[in-house]
Amino acid sequence: MRIDIDVRHLARIEGHGNIVVRVSDGELKDARWDVVETPRFFEVMLKGKHYSTAGILAARICGICSISHCLTAVRATERAFGLKVPKQAARLRLLAKHGETIQSHMLHLFFLAAPDFLGLTSALPLAETNPEILQRALRLKGLANRLCDAVAGRTTHPVAIQPGGVSMVPEKRVLLSFRGELEESFEDLRATADLLATFEIPDFERETEFVALRGEVEYPFIGGRLVSSDGVERAEDEYLEMTNEVVVEGNTSKWSRLSRESYAVGSLARCNLNFELLHPEARRVAGKLGLSPLCNNPFMAHVARLVECVHCAHDAIRLVDEIVAAEGEPTMTEVAPIAGDGVGAVEAPRGILFHHYRYGGDGRIEKANCVVPTTQNNGNIHRDLPDFVRQMVDKGVNDDQRLELLCSMLVRSYDPCVSCSVH
Amino acid sequence: MKYLGFDSVRPRVAVFELTGCEGCELQLANKEETLAAFLNAVEVVNFREISSASSDDYDIALVDGAVSRADEVERLEVIRERAKILVALGSCACFGGVSRLKNVFDLDEANREVYGDRPQETLPVRAVSEVVAVDLEIPGCPVSKDEVERVVQHLIWDVPYHFPSYPVCLECKQRYTVCTFELDRLCLGPITRAGCNAPCPAGGLGCWGCRGPAVEANLEEFLTAVRERDFGNDEIAERMNFFGGFGGVLS
Repeated sequence: MRIDIDVRHLARIEGHGNIVVRVSDGELKDARWDVVETPRFFEVMLKGKHYSTAGILAARICGICSISHCLTAVRATERAFGLKVPKQAARLRLLAKHGETIQSHMLHLFFLAAPDFLGLTSALPLAETNPEILQRALRLKGLANRLCDAVAGRTTHPVAIQPGGVSMVPEKRVLLSFRGELEESFEDLRATADLLATFEIPDFERETEFVALRGEVEYPFIGGRLVSSDGVERAEDEYLEMTNEVVVEGNTSKWSRLSRESYAVGSLARCNLNFELLHPEARRVAGKLGLSPLCNNPFMAHVARLVECVHCAHDAIRLVDEIVAAEGEPTMTEVAPIAGDGVGAVEAPRGILFHHYRYGGDGRIEKANCVVPTTQNNGNIHRDLPDFVRQMVDKGVNDDQRLELLCSMLVRSYDPCVSCSVH
Repeated sequence: MKYLGFDSVRPRVAVFELTGCEGCELQLANKEETLAAFLNAVEVVNFREISSASSDDYDIALVDGAVSRADEVERLEVIRERAKILVALGSCACFGGVSRLKNVFDLDEANREVYGDRPQETLPVRAVSEVVAVDLEIPGCPVSKDEVERVVQHLIWDVPYHFPSYPVCLECKQRYTVCTFELDRLCLGPITRAGCNAPCPAGGLGCWGCRGPAVEANLEEFLTAVRERDFGNDEIAERMNFFGGFGGVLS
């Protein structure tokens, strides 16, 4: 038996990466995930930038999770200056963050991942064959995008998230209208869970170290302690001891490692490490779809994403109520730059994201370092591939086409954001 | 596409991305309330980010991102050859975008700083039109899907599309946004091409000029006016160079 897989510029992921698999006489010779995206040098471009510009520039690292990059940049800046943002600003930021999580996860679930499970090349033919699925996808994604627009000023490259807080507050009637829409979205989320239950999730496990923020009383999104499923625990400022980036031959993305050769971040890592903090309804959906900690099947990230959407939709309602109750409270605090370092850690849709800036006394960045979710996942995807191919070959998968699809699905299960990873 | 029962030709559309965040092509899949109609008006034959089907036979190529490596030049030349119309989508494709900020640094040093002793191939960032001929430029960081829809409608009906010649200021007035200058903050709204519906001044950020200069921008008068308001040359230059659309007017 001989298998040769060469996927150049894998489709239905963000950015450019290649899969190579070689099997001959039933023996695995090579299995690689290589990132070939053009490197972008944001860490260099951030140098010399004024603190008011950091979030605006950093947002442009990613077209899908720009709110997360902006939030992380602003958080790093605020921590460097010893600032605490007003409570109302923190609520509005988290509401925008929930919007982003839902829009990003829904984009992935329906447009990037679902076609594999439905035997399609894209979600576009659903308009003819299953219009109700496409309409549901558009309703959920559309609601999340409009929520981001209303709270952050714009979904892609937000405008309102600024050092010191947020620069605009949506009107009460707008917030309350979203409250109603979020309640209505529960039905669509339930139907999405039913759809996901019909997907044939590949049976594959590889013992993996997971890394995420750990929440204390809330499921974590913005700031907190860093933990791994192998028992490592660090403070936010100690992110370098967690991420350990290395430059790898033939890859424009770096890789990360902690206790093992690689580790994974993202929705599955968050669920694995904070399961008890999910909204009860989210935990119910997880139970129904067979997700419980500690889950080592990377394909279950599809379930984890939906579970997080359920959590975020419920939590967004709580936030709307709190924001409306605190109407009129300040959302901005004075910013006074001081020299020093600041680290921000945020759970972006694809996993934990770090920005670290060193500021001079003039409020300009002297040094910047960004460690991005997909950068951390790329090494783990690469390490998954050989085990996955071996297990699939052992299970009798012996044709190029089938194995190519399965390997592509494995990479997609991480929802890689490759442009981000070569920031 | 059918409107009032009348069938029109669906152009074959391909979407490609070079150096950038892919946020502009993502906008094509946003604005969900009209997405079905949009996708019905065109035939998407190549859009790697959302489809694993691909075809080299297309009428319109939408190119997202700037050029920063030799293989991108090669890809772009092939796309130019195949497409009847090549559209630069977004500020990176139109002007180089924020990626152009890289060009003021020594690239060898930049490489050492990010990749240590394993430097990666990288070129100074260029706009798409600096490499191949471009038929149409839709600026914005990101592009406005509204505007993309309008442009596509005009392409389908073979009617020239005219970008607004007026500046962003006008759109702030239309939506009753308090003038950013009234808040003592800098804004490029008076000289930047409209068409975005001014979300940044409305969100409290002021305009950063991502769409490049308005056709009739009175640059001299603008500079006089902002200097009178005590904004320094450095701040003005930093703002105008941010997205590359003002072509290093001040450097």
